[in-house]
Amino acid sequence: MTAQVITVTSGKGGVGKTTAVANLATALAMDGKRVVCIDGDIGLRNLDVVMGLENRIVYDIVDVIEGRCKLKQAMIRDKKYPELYLIPAAQTRDKNAVSPSDMVRICNDLKPDTDFVIIDSPAGIERGFRNAIAAADRVLVITNPEVSAVRDADRVVGILEAEEKGNPYLILNRLNPTLVKNNDMLSAEDVLDLLGIHLIGIVPEDENVIIGSNKGAPVVTDAKSRAGQAFRNIAKRLQGQDVPFMDLDSQSGLWSAIQKLTGRK
Amino acid sequence: MNTMEQVTSIVQIKGIRDGLLATFSDAAWEDQRTALILQIDEKPTFFQGARLAIDVGNQVLKVNDLVELRDQLSERNVALWAVISESPTTEQTSQLLGLATRISKPRPEEQRRFADTISDETALFISKTIRSGTRIEYPGNIVIIGDVNPGAEVIAEGNVVVWGRVRGVIHAGVKGNRNAFICALDLSANQLRIADEVSAMLKPQKDPKPEIAIINEQGKLQAELWNTN
Repeated sequence: MTAQVITVTSGKGGVGKTTAVANLATALAMDGKRVVCIDGDIGLRNLDVVMGLENRIVYDIVDVIEGRCKLKQAMIRDKKYPELYLIPAAQTRDKNAVSPSDMVRICNDLKPDTDFVIIDSPAGIERGFRNAIAAADRVLVITNPEVSAVRDADRVVGILEAEEKGNPYLILNRLNPTLVKNNDMLSAEDVLDLLGIHLIGIVPEDENVIIGSNKGAPVVTDAKSRAGQAFRNIAKRLQGQDVPFMDLDSQSGLWSAIQKLTGRK
Repeated sequence: MNTMEQVTSIVQIKGIRDGLLATFSDAAWEDQRTALILQIDEKPTFFQGARLAIDVGNQVLKVNDLVELRDQLSERNVALWAVISESPTTEQTSQLLGLATRISKPRPEEQRRFADTISDETALFISKTIRSGTRIEYPGNIVIIGDVNPGAEVIAEGNVVVWGRVRGVIHAGVKGNRNAFICALDLSANQLRIADEVSAMLKPQKDPKPEIAIINEQGKLQAELWNTN
């Protein structure tokens, strides 16, 4: 097998890059794929926390680059899925400890016996971002339906185009269908209209995402969560399957309960 | 010893106010790039953390050329921030990569001769959407087939024509030409400028129609519907 290297990036911070990486990687592993995620946020690592693997870290990516350990030694196996691994970032170093060619080399070493390599990019468009996209076969740009986040996503798409990184795909995260319906939030159409790139998934706002991140158990493992379903669908699309988009209007659970109570449709 | 002399003779590096400036000659790009990197590798401590601008003269450079150089430099902890060029292609490439194309100390006017030869028939033609953070500057007319997104800037000494939506900043007639115009299929820009007139205006319309913005007889910047008659 030859792995597909996927980088998740956004420009703006806090839109859900790390959450998306943890969830997509877990979803792919649930489908029986062999997955390695790399935390590219050197100095501000947190993919390990979201995946619940923090206390297992012995070596990190900078140790691999600087030759203090073998690549295999820095790969932490997931608690639940034996085919899911994490290469953590170093917390005590900065972005300059890694270069774009280091990332390419590591990904090339991983490719032969992996199905997917998923790289979590830091916020921003500087060195860390360049490292994260250097090895990417495909880039997923993630944004929220907020004007500032979309503006930054547009900037990132422009850089990817200028660097001829292929067409990036868009994940629209934390969409709230009720707010959109009341014209209080950008709709998926508004965002797509501006960015003009291919949409690979819409993830609805869901408090289970935060609960999952804090527990170190990504929300995709929760069969009932709508956000989890959205991430599982994106993972299927990454494997080349044609999955129809979820109908976000047919709300079940909390939202519709509230709407019923307040008498709103 | 010999190599060092050869190297310095094709790429000259000197200190300027904004960092370092490397001046390339007309020799082959690859050779000069290698020469520059060699020069940096010989004195790594001197170049550590430097901001480098390059003056590439008439070289026509593609995205790959500049990206490769920038990555090589960044691996040596040198930041490439500006590319000065006399080739419009290279200037455009640099701008799309988010690099500056002017430095604070402009080169003598007579060296920028191509700017004087711009006539009404000359235009920079760009067939893509101009996204946030991109700045397109040209000493003539600019024609864009695509949108100008919020956060993008398009600056022309002549007119600007956009076959698409305008939501970023457009400045026509930047050197003071009050006869310059801006026209677009949908002119919902957050700011338009012609010469020294500024207009913040134009809410997105439900049913956009082609419009043209000019400075009217009262000296105000105004947008009106495009009239085919």
